[in-house]
Parts: sequence; C-alpha cells; structure tokens
Amino acid sequence: MLQSILFLLLLVAAFGLFAWQVRKIRANILVGRDRDMSGNVAERFQKTLLVAFGQQKMFKRLTPALLHLIVYVGFLVINVEVLEIVVDGLFGTHRFLKFLGPVYDGLMATNEILAALVLVAVAAFWWRRNSNPPLKRFSGPELRLWPKLDANIILYVEVVLMMALFFMNTADLKLHQMEGQDLPGTFPVSNLLVGLLPTNVATLEVLERTGWWAHIIGIFLFLNYLPSSKHFHIIMAFPGVWYSRLVPQGQFSNVESITNEVKAMMDPSFVVPPAPTAADGSALAPAPFGAKDVEDLPWTNLLAAYSCTECGRCTSVCPANLTGKLLSPRKIIMDTRDRVEEKYNSPLIFQPNVYGAEAKHEPITDLANATLLRGKVTPEELWACTTCNACVESCPVNINPLESIIEMRRFLVLEESAAPNSLNVMFSNIENNGAPWAFSPSDRFNWADELFATEKQPAAVVA
Amino acid sequence: MSPTTPAAGEKRQINVPVMADLAARNESPEILFWVGCAGAFDDRYKRVTRAFVRILEHVGTNYAVLGLEESCTGDPAKRAGNEFLFQMQAMTNITTLNGYGIKKIVTACPHCFNTIKNEYPALGGDYEVIHHSTYLQQLINEGKVGVSGGESFKGRRITFHDSCYLGRANNIYEAPRDVLAALDADLVEMKRSRANGLCCGAGGAQMWKDAEPGKKEINIERTEEALATLSGQAEALANLGGVETETSAPGPHDLQGSIIAVSCPFCMTMMSDGVKNKEQEGRVQVFDLAELIASAEGINA
Repeated sequence: MLQSILFLLLLVAAFGLFAWQVRKIRANILVGRDRDMSGNVAERFQKTLLVAFGQQKMFKRLTPALLHLIVYVGFLVINVEVLEIVVDGLFGTHRFLKFLGPVYDGLMATNEILAALVLVAVAAFWWRRNSNPPLKRFSGPELRLWPKLDANIILYVEVVLMMALFFMNTADLKLHQMEGQDLPGTFPVSNLLVGLLPTNVATLEVLERTGWWAHIIGIFLFLNYLPSSKHFHIIMAFPGVWYSRLVPQGQFSNVESITNEVKAMMDPSFVVPPAPTAADGSALAPAPFGAKDVEDLPWTNLLAAYSCTECGRCTSVCPANLTGKLLSPRKIIMDTRDRVEEKYNSPLIFQPNVYGAEAKHEPITDLANATLLRGKVTPEELWACTTCNACVESCPVNINPLESIIEMRRFLVLEESAAPNSLNVMFSNIENNGAPWAFSPSDRFNWADELFATEKQPAAVVA
Repeated sequence: MSPTTPAAGEKRQINVPVMADLAARNESPEILFWVGCAGAFDDRYKRVTRAFVRILEHVGTNYAVLGLEESCTGDPAKRAGNEFLFQMQAMTNITTLNGYGIKKIVTACPHCFNTIKNEYPALGGDYEVIHHSTYLQQLINEGKVGVSGGESFKGRRITFHDSCYLGRANNIYEAPRDVLAALDADLVEMKRSRANGLCCGAGGAQMWKDAEPGKKEINIERTEEALATLSGQAEALANLGGVETETSAPGPHDLQGSIIAVSCPFCMTMMSDGVKNKEQEGRVQVFDLAELIASAEGINA
C-alpha cells in the first residue's frame, strides 16, 4: 500500500513535470511566424508512417540504420512492459499482464532479447562517438561540451535502464525457482544470469525491488531529461515529419508582402491588401523581410529544431562543409534551438552552449541581444551555402536547414543590404541587363547567328 | 526558312523562330524554348543552345524562342535572398509569357526549369515546364532521334554529374541517364550520385562570388571524384566524404577520351574549370546531353 502511494506520487510528479516542460517548449515553438499547415492529411499521414515510424530515410546508411532500429523497436516494445510496471506499481499487482499466457511468454522473451541487443547497439553507438578519432560526423565545433556530453548521457541512461530490467527479471526468476514456483513469462537472457545472483531469498527480494524501482524511476527521470536533450527527437520527430514540406525541394517559399509591393509597382490599379492588425484593431509593427531572430522563422522551423538529434548527416554531405567552409547545417538547427531557449523559455537542465573560438565566433557576452543572425549564425556561414539541398535530402526526420539559411540571407540582403559586393554586382546586372552578367541585352540573341545544321535523311524540315 | 528542302548531308542555315514574329503572324508554337542567360551569353553554353536547336529542327518541332524579350528568371537573386528583385523579374517574364499565351516550355537550364516550374505559379505563371533531359528522353523513346549516323560513343567512358536543381530539387535522376544510355557508351556512376550527388559548387548564387575561406574549392572536390571514377582509381574513391551508400569503384580505364556529362550551364562551367585545374582538358571533355545527342545524330555543322 505504501509502495502504491509512493508510486502514484512519483508518477504524477514525473508526468506533471514533463507536461510543464512541454508547455514551455510549445510556447517556444509558437513564437515563430504563422504558417498555415492544414490540409494534405492523407499525404502527411503517409509521410509520417514512412519517414517517422518506418525510418525510411535512415536506411540510406545501413549500419547506423540497423543499430538505430534495434533501439527504436526496443523502445516501442519495452514500453509495453513499462505499462505493466505502472499498473503493478499503482495496484500492487505482480506482473499484471501474465493473464496473456503464451503471448506474455513471447512478449517477455522479445523484451529480453531486444534489451540485450539494445546493449550491443548502445555499445556500438558509444564507440562510434568516443573512439579516437570518432566518426567524422560526431565531431565538429558544434558538437563539443554539452552536446557531446548529452549524447553520452543518453547512452549511459539506456545502459542503466536495460541493466535494471535484467536485474529485476533475473532476481524475480531466481526467487521463483528457489520457491519452486513458475514465473510467468519466458526470460531467455535472465535464465543465463541467475547463477550470478546470491541464493538468499531476502537479498533477492531486495534486488528484485531495486531493479524494479530503478527501471521505473530511471524512466521517469529520463522522461524529464528529454526536453533538455537532443533525445527529445523520440517524440518531436513525429510532429516534425508530419509538418514537413510537401512541395519539391527546389521550391523556395514566396514572400507575399513583396508580391503585393511588386504587383502595386507594375500595376497602379492593384489594391494592396490591408496589413494585418492586432486583436484590438491597432496596427502591428511590420514584420521584417527574412529572419534576424528565431521569431522571424516559420514556427515549423522551430519545431524542426526540437526534432533534431544532432546526427550530423546534413553536415556530412554539405559540399561547403566537406571542403572546409564554416557552414554546418546541423549547427544552424542547433543554434536555432539554443537561441529560442536563451530568449524565451528554457527547460530544466539545458544550458545553451555558447560556442567558443573554435567556431570563429567572437565570444558572446550580451546574450539577451545576441540575435540568431550574427549572434549565433555568421554571414560567412550563410553565404557559403550552395542551396544544393543535400542537407534536406539527408535528414532522416525531414528537417530543412536550407529554409532557415535563405530566410537569414533575405534579412541580410533586404533589411541590411549586406550581401557580398560581388552579389550586389550580380543584382544590378540583372536589374540593368536582365542577366546576372554584364552583357548587353541587345546581344542576347546573338547565339542564333550563323547557325547551321547538317541535313539528315529522312529530314523533317519545318517550313 | 529556306523555301527548298536541302538534300541529306547538306548544310542548312537555321533561322531560329522568334515568338514576336510568330505572334505577328497569329501563330503559336507547340513549345517555347527558354534559352536562359547562360545559354544566351556564356560562350561555352551557347554551343549547347545551338546543339539543342539543331535537335529541335531535326525532329521538326514547332518551337519558338523569346529572343530579346527573354530576361533572367530571377533564380540567382532568389537564392541569394533578394526576393524583391526575383519577383520583379518573375512578374516581368510572366507578363511576357502570358501575353503570348505560352502553355509549354522547355529549357536546358535546371535553374530556369526549377524557378519557372515551381516558383512562377504562385505569381501567376502556370506552364508545363520540362527540362531538356526529359525532352531528349522523350524524343529518343519516340524514335524521333535515332542517336546514330554521327560520332560513335561506343566504348567511351562517360560519367553523369547530377545537377542539384534537376535531381534533389525536382527528383529527375533517370531522364539524363536514359539519354546517355542511348549512346551505347561505357556509363559509370560516381559514388556521390543521384540523391546523394555532390553539388558542383555554383548553386545558390555561388556562381557570381568567391567561395568562403576553406580547404578546397567544391568544383575541385567534385572533379577529382569524376576523374577518379572515369579512370577507376578505387583508392581515391574510398576516401571520399559524404558517401551515403557504398558502391564498388569502376575498373581501371584510360582517361583519354572520357567524358563528364552535365545537364546544367553552371555545372558545365564548374566541371570544365575543374578539369582544366587538374590539367586533364586534353584527355577529358565536359559535354552537355544535347551536345552528345547532336554529335551522335550527326547533325552538327
């Protein structure tokens, strides 16, 4: 009874705290610009099924895809056992799901095998990150300090959780064996481990309880660690993929306010629609062109920042990054999340990492006024982008770093006139000559001069 | 147009039909060939424009060009963040195109293709837009181009460099490969190809500016991959970054006579510069799909 009450309190505290943190993050995401994402339900549903649930884009790289699949399936299936633990904890039952009979046997056996495989996968993940040198995409200036520690904490917690599970099952199994009873369920891994535990009933009972409590408390703690961690992707990947762009990757967003201005310039009879007003009818400050800070980005880009797990596939295929430029698409996504939490709501643990000299930034002291653009993302990074969409294509959860890059370029060009000089020359060439180069428009059709072809049989000549 | 039909093997001068003339005669073409600024001004890419026109003439397409009325689509401005200039260009062009009642557009530039196809509709320009790789593929499939009678590419090693704005931007990967397959050449794939293709380095308005400080130019990185693929240097290919799916390197081969095929004017510039930088221009050539088809068809003059 006491255990049940204690458990109930913990359960309420864990989910309450988690909900409180999620509310803050929701508010952070909603500071972004409005973007209507309604409609296309069938297409979005299919995309979510394939890309998020089905991990379709992970399978471009087989080794990490298989390792990740183990942990992902382990997470899904072992959650059934967590459900059982919650029911047992609340009502003082023991292995509540045992009424499932042979299904329960299968479930427990699957869990144990998956848990063992998860340990193997986590060890491999750890090695890929921490060997010397690590996999290239797990290094880089944006992956030091907190992000590096965060990645390892996740792995360590997963090991602790799986160990607790085995502890619980093995002690339970041995207890039942010593009392000559049959424990419901089949435990292929714990069966191998019973010999390692002491043969004292009292100690075993303590061990079983310890494992049980460690597993569930570990999960409660981990749940509340998620909002501060890149591991939040296990939740945010789903809404992130749901709200991903459905248009061709080459189609950049249209700026409607500019469309109205241009139409008014070209057609004097065009009536510019009234500017949006605040709820009380007062005029709103005009939104800037492009993005200077996080609230200038569409809310979907902020959502995306929370679904990023910093895997670095984007950066590893970026032509600019591959050739040693400062640009790293992953850093732009991480900067976005850091900045929104620096300026708005910060969850419990997270300390936005101020990148040091390695990223060639000036040290940032005035955090409140250090906007996303210039405060975190430098023009040098933005101008190195070739808009090739390799980062967009490679992201397993459909994040689009390119859109944020273009929004910030728009701010640089349209609000600050801060394009590199050579691009300003290109702009004025287009304005004056209708071509990005300094050619005379009257020479545009010269290519057709003295154009001959060799006639072929059967020739189809257009008269 | 000459009133008499020249005999086979004879040289014939092409008078490229201009939209304004057609409109004056109350005619409308089946398809408008959007030449693009590079196709009109860049000396190297003018040869592609001319090759493509030879093909259009050869198969008897009812086409026209805008001539002096064409203007930049605004792509470089948009990618560089100058949305205002982009929309000015776009609306000017849309006014011209809609004024002539254009329904269908073909272009040899993936950037023009992407911009007109994907970004003009929101500004009032709705057209069926096809890239010349798709158009050539259709001509070959329909048997209108036999890919014979001219230069033979049999046995020559060709690798295709994917243009970002054709590939990832618009999911066109197979059309250019199908066109090249008709040449009966020795086609080899770079490791970073199709959706995983590496940019030539010119997109996003990089064509008009110096690269940011770094270790290497992107076009050199890409050219080295192309050359290693053409000559089958497995070791060089094993060390490439950004490779998503491992594929085996093609066997060793003499570079002499090899070809890097492209389908974009900026890729053309970047890859040609890369080949020159590597001092391989005497052995490796960079060609656009239209040039290869026109050569194979024997209609150059």
